[in-house]
Amino acid sequence: MKGYKLLKRYAFLLVMVAAGAAVWIAAPDVGQKAAAAAWDNTLQLLSVVPPIFVLIGLLDVWVERRTMVRFMGEGSGIKGALIAFFLGSAAAGPLYIAFPVAAMLMKKGARLFNVFVFIGAWSTTKLPLLLFEASALGWRFMLTRFAVNIAGIVLIALVTEKLLSDSDVAQIYARAGETDA
Amino acid sequence: MTIGIDTIIFYAVAAVLTVISLIKSRKKTKQAFIKAWKALENILPQFISILVVVSVALTLLDPQTISRIIGAESGWLGVALAVLIGAITLIPGFVAFPTAALLLTGGAGYMQVGAFISSLMMVGVATFPLEIQVMGRKATIARNALAFVFSYAVALVIGAVVG
Repeated sequence: MKGYKLLKRYAFLLVMVAAGAAVWIAAPDVGQKAAAAAWDNTLQLLSVVPPIFVLIGLLDVWVERRTMVRFMGEGSGIKGALIAFFLGSAAAGPLYIAFPVAAMLMKKGARLFNVFVFIGAWSTTKLPLLLFEASALGWRFMLTRFAVNIAGIVLIALVTEKLLSDSDVAQIYARAGETDA
Repeated sequence: MTIGIDTIIFYAVAAVLTVISLIKSRKKTKQAFIKAWKALENILPQFISILVVVSVALTLLDPQTISRIIGAESGWLGVALAVLIGAITLIPGFVAFPTAALLLTGGAGYMQVGAFISSLMMVGVATFPLEIQVMGRKATIARNALAFVFSYAVALVIGAVVG
């Protein structure tokens, strides 16, 4: 039973590795380059991941639910959204690391809209990246995209929240509640 | 491999908070680290899968290939392709912007690069399984579809202001 569960969890990974192996056999040069890129990406991920997960653990242990509810919960209003925006913008690492953090925010009672703002900010208005963007593509490009993004983040958060039924939301929060294992 | 200044700051913040946590309670700190590991272990399979997908995609779609597809004269078709490429690829930000600059010098247009950057950062097809695990299928599809459409708006505005 445990082995089956493990197999199920890693099924997607096995499929991906098989696909990678198929690419390697079909086109060895592509496979070799991909393997090198995979190794580089793995090192990159390993360098970003530890502090984020330590922060998730510390947040879980030290921040009380009512504190989170007060700052980012249902009644937190514009303040909660701003906190979510700054949290996401101050983040480091690729978007997929945001999801475990989002789960922890929800577990502690953050409002769903704020969680979507957080994910939106993490995905596209990260402060360190804005500097990168300005130096690579110019200030005009960066500032224009930044301005459009603020509207986009709010709009996407609003519409996504509206599209979900009460039971969808309840399900998401139930799952988030289990994340501490 | 590049380690960004943001990563270094995060290590510093995590270290300082861990020390404070240790001073306040060793037991709770230990708990926090166990939780941290469990949270990581929980999504590890998806993380590794993403790495495999990204690596193959990056190899097939190098900057030269992309800038051929989304050249300045490629118009809205180029924008559409840029959004599509951005959605399926997953490039770390500090690589993405230099890549985008390469695309521009390689002949891509501002509009197309804006669309590419936007969907690259906001839409994640490769990370679907992970996002679904946390946010559920419906929210994941909705967020990504909206971000996909939004990337066209970004292209429109960037094209008008910068291009």
